[in-house]
Amino acid sequence: MEPIIFKAIVVGLIFSITLLVATYSTYAERKVSALMQDRVGPNRAGPFGLLQPIADAVKMFMKEELIPSVSNRWLFVLGPCISMLTALMAGVVIPWGGPITIGEQTFDFQIVDLNVGILFLFGVASLGVYGIMIGGWASNNKFSLLGAIRASSQMISYEIAMGLAIIALVMTTGTLSLKEIVNQQDAAYCNFVYQPLGCLIFIICAFAETNRAPFDLAECETELIGGYHTEYSSMKLGFYLFAEYINMFISSAVIACFYFGGYNFPFQHSLGIDGNWLSIIQFFVLFGKIVFFIFFFMWVRWTIPRFRYDQLMNLGWKGLLPLAIANIFVTGIVMWVNGDIN
Amino acid sequence: MLTDRSKQVVRKEMTWAEKAYLPAIFSGMMITFSHIFKKKATIKYPEQKRPIAPIYRGQHVLKRDEAGAERCTACGLCAVACPAEAITMVAEERKKGEENLYREEKYASMYEINMLRCIFCGLCEEACPKEAIFLTDRLVPSTFERADFIYGKSKLVETIDNPIDVSVRQTQKVLEFKEDKKHKHNRTFLDKINTIIQRH
Repeated sequence: MEPIIFKAIVVGLIFSITLLVATYSTYAERKVSALMQDRVGPNRAGPFGLLQPIADAVKMFMKEELIPSVSNRWLFVLGPCISMLTALMAGVVIPWGGPITIGEQTFDFQIVDLNVGILFLFGVASLGVYGIMIGGWASNNKFSLLGAIRASSQMISYEIAMGLAIIALVMTTGTLSLKEIVNQQDAAYCNFVYQPLGCLIFIICAFAETNRAPFDLAECETELIGGYHTEYSSMKLGFYLFAEYINMFISSAVIACFYFGGYNFPFQHSLGIDGNWLSIIQFFVLFGKIVFFIFFFMWVRWTIPRFRYDQLMNLGWKGLLPLAIANIFVTGIVMWVNGDIN
Repeated sequence: MLTDRSKQVVRKEMTWAEKAYLPAIFSGMMITFSHIFKKKATIKYPEQKRPIAPIYRGQHVLKRDEAGAERCTACGLCAVACPAEAITMVAEERKKGEENLYREEKYASMYEINMLRCIFCGLCEEACPKEAIFLTDRLVPSTFERADFIYGKSKLVETIDNPIDVSVRQTQKVLEFKEDKKHKHNRTFLDKINTIIQRH
């Protein structure tokens, strides 16, 4: 099989899985929130309400599409497009499973293994804010603009702490490639053992990057009536909401890959299976981890209230940033004592 | 102090663990997680129904007598008694050959209750001199149109094959109360004149 055909299949597979997971995340979100609030949740469309996301999508398509006459038409359309595009792009560098052998050839179950994978992830993640900024700006609406400003300042504040948390990880692993990082966790413990504080900072920042509660100041319904997507309707709004769920999926995958062993699981080599079957099991193991983290995202959202804006900034600049720097120092000292660096 | 429940507000400095948010967040998450397995406060309504009292005042029924004729004589007392003005009716004279349909010489050709106006107080039932209208333990189902909540005779009059039991609320005590002439609204015109004569 030509490598290009295999890659095309993987791209199609990952694309559809991403969309499917994001679709059912909307259902899961409503169900999880219902369960945590002692309610039943969506249960009308299909068995257990499983067709609810399809009903929601149909509703979104059928809604009237409004473009405010005072808005900047081009930018108004561009906003949700960028959000969706960047959300989908981040999945490219994530390794989804071990190598797969077809005939004589061996392929990686990953779209592309960049040697600067982490930098790519960061670049794409920070591009995501442009979708929100452009959308909020083009709406020509106070609330949208306020939401956009909040989103961009929040992104900047938390990206620094996130980057510094990752630097400590890069110091211990010595590579920027995601596949390398995951493979190293096969041989030794997962990175969470070495970098518990970095992991915590990264998860907190991931919440802020995906604009999820308790950091959903950009779209807080109570103050900004939806923030940057106040003026959006129909499937453009759907794109924004959908991009958030895709981001959540990708963030969960990244957290799993960075700190929780990616597709590796304990005692995987003593099971007596290897090759393609092991790779398929690994894929489902990674998927299980991702599902857990998506649940974790929702669990946190339906537990704690939103931060106030000054609390958000305090936490970012006075809390997480010094902690991340201290983490780098401690990591460096420990490595120096152990003799990992000269 | 009116009660002994008031508490002094303590504004103590937060400890380090409290400032770090995380222990509090963790305990909060444990609380929400435990709620997943708790009994649900809501029910799947049209399939499941909450238990209601046997004497619940729900959707009205217009009763027929033992022979299957409508008891209502369109006197309009229920409409007068109704505090929400939910009842409308049009009276008509019974024609020859309709004796099996209507008990009295006069009957309601149109009888409507607006279920959105109705407050289910049961005053119509109390006012009715012919034991024709009763409130039952049935819930009024929801619909999408306001007009659908105006119930006409087709929905209110019970069918001959399927009589609706109203005996749960119409106990012996209630019936005696209704017959008791001591109460003002049960007095006939003659009773009233007699009391006035006695008073003078």
